[in-house]
Amino acid sequence: MSDLQREVSELESKSATAARLFDIRRIIGGLFVVYGVIVTIAGISPSDADLKKAEGVHINLWTGLAMLALGLFFLVWLKLRPTAPPTPGDVQE
Amino acid sequence: MQYLAEGLRLPTNGLDYAILAIYFAVVLGIGFAARRSVKTSLDFFLSGRSLPAWVTGLAFVAANLGATEILGMAATGAQYGVAVVHWYWIGAIPAMVFLGLVMMPFYYGSKVRSVPEFLLQRFDKSAHLLSSILFAFASILIAGVNLYALSIVVEALLGWPQWVSIVVAGFFVLAYITIGGLSSAIYNEVLQFFVILAALIPLTLLGLKRVGGWDGLTDSLTKQYGDNFLSAWGGTGIGDANPLGANWLTIVLGLGFVLSFGYWTTNFAEVQRALSAKNLSAAKRTPLIAAFPKIFIVFIVMIPGLVAAVLVPKIGTAGSDLTYNDAIPLLMQELLPNGVLGIAVTGLLAAFMAGMAANVSSFNTVFTADIWAKYVVKDREDTYYLKFGRLITAIGVVASIGTAFLASSFSNIMGYLQTLFSFFNVPMFVVFIIGMFWKRASMKSGVWGLLAGTSAAMINYFVIYKQGIIDIPSDQGANFVSAIVGFVAGALVMVLVTLFTAPKPEAELAGLVYGTTSPGMQEAPEEGDSAWYRRPALLGWGAIVLAAACYIPYSF
Repeated sequence: MSDLQREVSELESKSATAARLFDIRRIIGGLFVVYGVIVTIAGISPSDADLKKAEGVHINLWTGLAMLALGLFFLVWLKLRPTAPPTPGDVQE
Repeated sequence: MQYLAEGLRLPTNGLDYAILAIYFAVVLGIGFAARRSVKTSLDFFLSGRSLPAWVTGLAFVAANLGATEILGMAATGAQYGVAVVHWYWIGAIPAMVFLGLVMMPFYYGSKVRSVPEFLLQRFDKSAHLLSSILFAFASILIAGVNLYALSIVVEALLGWPQWVSIVVAGFFVLAYITIGGLSSAIYNEVLQFFVILAALIPLTLLGLKRVGGWDGLTDSLTKQYGDNFLSAWGGTGIGDANPLGANWLTIVLGLGFVLSFGYWTTNFAEVQRALSAKNLSAAKRTPLIAAFPKIFIVFIVMIPGLVAAVLVPKIGTAGSDLTYNDAIPLLMQELLPNGVLGIAVTGLLAAFMAGMAANVSSFNTVFTADIWAKYVVKDREDTYYLKFGRLITAIGVVASIGTAFLASSFSNIMGYLQTLFSFFNVPMFVVFIIGMFWKRASMKSGVWGLLAGTSAAMINYFVIYKQGIIDIPSDQGANFVSAIVGFVAGALVMVLVTLFTAPKPEAELAGLVYGTTSPGMQEAPEEGDSAWYRRPALLGWGAIVLAAACYIPYSF
């Protein structure tokens, strides 16, 4: 084994990322649920000017609902397949 | 400039700013939440080599999906038409698949922490130092390009003075990378990926509706620009004139082979994402997972570009106040009501910051691990390098603010980036490919290949093309040719130098050259990695077939 491999392996064994880093699915899910709700509400009764601008499409409503669905997808995924528990010996808080 | 700024001002309101403010808060939150996972320098620079493949894969594509890329590729679409697909289907996918299937075992298995560190293992210190310095220099330059582009776009769209957006964006990038390291950068990239999709998909659909659907779009464009505007390969015969200024040979070799492989396989800002994956299987899958979104992203940047070319027939010419780069901002202004508009503004700002952050987070790694720890302050304890990494991150952000102004001389931002890549990445790729596949390539051949390739590409571009010694119709075409010249010169010089200098001892090449394996490679594959949809070969070849199939409707 070269010096480099020894050094990196040692650092890997001390690394805390695997044990302590939060799951990004929670953040994506949370942000998109919030965005989805905000944009959907903005799209529930669009002004005539907004509708005309968006070629008659209820674009806020559709985008909002799609973002809400994406957010919920991430939260459900997280619920169904939670992060694997850290292997014994890892730092736990 | 003033007129343009007024002309493109978006009608943003409190709702849009609320959406933007939430995003900035989340960005900082990710930085602070990632802080407790940073214990060693490996955590800070490579996320402890522990992230799952889907996260690194999306970060891999998002690191490239900066706003300069989005605006630049929409601009290319408005200017050259459907030919912009070359930058995706031939100019990205084959290289990404090659990186994942062929190169990743050497990169990840050898446990190098950066691309230059691979050169140190394979060649010698001179190749290592040269590539580290070139990379550090280039990444600050490109981070500066991003920051400058952000400031002019934000000034036009939101009316903020340029210095305000430079300081605000610089501050946020500095904060979340200094605090949370690469994990924070990668997580923000994944988030940005989804926000930018949420911004561009509604824009694309409304844009299409505006011009009467795809049929309406193609009819108007054919009438305006002729059939070749809607064909990927039309008019690219050797000797034919086309707006791209390139023929099929320079597209395939220059863009598809040299530029693209140089960028995707040796640009550390990209490769770093794969190196932070949790095992070899995840590292191999990183660019392969990224390839699938990459195939389809072209539609949501090209279509807004094409729509803009219909709505403003004179776009980019002297008769119009709008440049090609204004294609997406123009459609945002014309089509998006408040709400979705806020998402689009957020997506654009997020993309600018992510584009800059990818460069800063790779710069700090190379500067600390490859330059500082190897040549300046050696053999200190790990906490010292972690602290130094945080310091150099801050310095890097400040330096990129300084270089932001260098970017102002090229009208098409993308052209500027491509020019840089052809000078720095092309010789890197030659040296890598020869070093990985030819055991005999000598220790000294690395540095001479780098020098020869870089200088040849520069001479071709700045002397032979710019002085008009040979006639190439456009900057893009000249980039492609310069890349090929740099590749050939680098390869020739490497072979020549190898013939007269000593090879690397065979024992030191284990795991670095094709046909050898690294002693540390016997780590057990994780459970579930054998599932069929996680097989790298299937993912890789699937992406190639899909990209080739995408060409069919635009080729005849």
